[in-house]
Amino acid sequence: MRVEQISIFLENKAGRLAEVTRVLSAAGVNIRALSLADTSDFGILRLIVSDNEKATAALKEGGFTVGKTDVVAVEVADKPGGLSRILDILNKKNVNVEYMYAFVQHSGKDAVIIFRFDDIETAIRLLQENDVKVLDGKTVYRL
Amino acid sequence: MIYDEEYETLPREALEAIQLKRLKNLVEKVYATVPFYKRKFDERGVKPGDIKSLEDLSKLPFTMKQDLRDNYPFGMFAMPMESVVRIHASSGTTGKPTVVGYTRRDIDTWACLMARTLSAAGAHKGDIVHNAYGYGLFTGGLGFHYGAERLGASVIPVSGGNTKRQILLMRDFAPTVLTCTPSYALHLADVAAEEGLDFRTLSFRVAVCGAEPWTENMRKEIENKLGLDAVDIYGLSEVMGPGVSVECVEAKNGLHVFEDHFIPEIINPDTGEPLPYGKPGELVFTTLTKEAFPLIRYRTRDLSVLHHEPCRCGRTLVRMGRIQGRSDDMLIIRGVNVFPSQIESVLMARKDVAPHYVLIVDRKDRMDTLEIQVEVSEGVFSDEVKDLQHSERQIEKDIKDLLGVSCKVRLVEPKSIKRSEGKAQRVIDNRKKQ
Repeated sequence: MRVEQISIFLENKAGRLAEVTRVLSAAGVNIRALSLADTSDFGILRLIVSDNEKATAALKEGGFTVGKTDVVAVEVADKPGGLSRILDILNKKNVNVEYMYAFVQHSGKDAVIIFRFDDIETAIRLLQENDVKVLDGKTVYRL
Repeated sequence: MIYDEEYETLPREALEAIQLKRLKNLVEKVYATVPFYKRKFDERGVKPGDIKSLEDLSKLPFTMKQDLRDNYPFGMFAMPMESVVRIHASSGTTGKPTVVGYTRRDIDTWACLMARTLSAAGAHKGDIVHNAYGYGLFTGGLGFHYGAERLGASVIPVSGGNTKRQILLMRDFAPTVLTCTPSYALHLADVAAEEGLDFRTLSFRVAVCGAEPWTENMRKEIENKLGLDAVDIYGLSEVMGPGVSVECVEAKNGLHVFEDHFIPEIINPDTGEPLPYGKPGELVFTTLTKEAFPLIRYRTRDLSVLHHEPCRCGRTLVRMGRIQGRSDDMLIIRGVNVFPSQIESVLMARKDVAPHYVLIVDRKDRMDTLEIQVEVSEGVFSDEVKDLQHSERQIEKDIKDLLGVSCKVRLVEPKSIKRSEGKAQRVIDNRKKQ
């Protein structure tokens, strides 16, 4: 029930993000979801893509430092309280969220939230026990 | 004002006679007492008796910084420990410092040379010396301290740091002579200005600046902002500490080397061949009077030039030009000696970062800054910001622990550091442009 996310180190300077998207485009890789964490010096781009292997190979070839991390993708109804309920479940059991990002496929339908946990096993078990819809990798890559 | 009129104005012939006599004694002594020198002399097939003129000096082997490291800590001492009354040390290149010792007579000689130094800078009995060189293992603080006392001046042993308090003391104690690094002199003026004080209204007449390379432009800036005469001094702990050479305030044109105690040479750093007066090259010193830690032809790696034209101050001592750089890649950052290889060893020891790095040295608000850009590798990369920042702080701490210098580590993308053909450019020193 894990989803593989790739992350890329970016220096905080003009054109680097564009270079990543150019490389992925040339490799025919589609971006499903992304988030960018930034500091004054550098950024970390996190991506869920259609083809991890292809994306990683192309980016490394392009000179980027690429990492892989397991994250959890959860589907929630795109309505008030959707995220709040999930965070409550995690909070009660003291499961910390390192970071998260979300995207909506079609307005008014379900939203997908990507979570990065320290303790991914416990998090997945908790979410499933509470009938939260956890998506598997294959589903997310194809979204 | 010349402190030691007799020795500082000797006719060349008389000076050379003294040098030769002292050199012969020195060579006999180190051959007999320091195994390192005996071995080096024997390897070169030279005996103490072969030194019959000053020109014969070039027959003697060089002493390198590495030799001092190899004989750490006390292997180069020519006197038993009972005769050593003081030990100083300079920052080392492999974690180990360079250790030097002084006998009671060495301390006395040093105080005398520092009295000469201060006197050449225009200081005299009755002056109040604000000594902001660091006290401790570093030779700067105590070297100036003893010299000022010998001169008959009053010393304020304020040492480095706590700049606001220093300004307060300057206001209240009315010191007339400032001794500190050139960058700290400018920093003092800036902090004074922040406190609403025009440094030029203080009682200072002269600043004696050294321990780091500086330029004529910096001298002008110091003199304008601080309202005093600024003179350059030179010394290194291996040779003695401060008190090896000094500019006279009359000419401010080259540093008089106290040749009755040290023989300076300029050599071609690649071939080791001695160069004539006027030709730039690497400075080499032989100590003539030191007892505990004598040095034969010590290669300083500092680049300079020697001039022997007579000086208007009346000293007959040869003058060395301002230090023009290094014949190796050593950097001096806030008074600390740093070799790029030391930074590299810290990075290599971590195993998780690539050994691709560049050191960017700059001067901000008068203080040297060191930024180390390191290419991020998969080993150190993480999808979390806090992990990467933690790695940066860890490397900074490792470097601070080993070298004693604070720096900022910045991770950069792979291949973003320029690879050059052959030798990689490891250092960008922006201070030189200032």
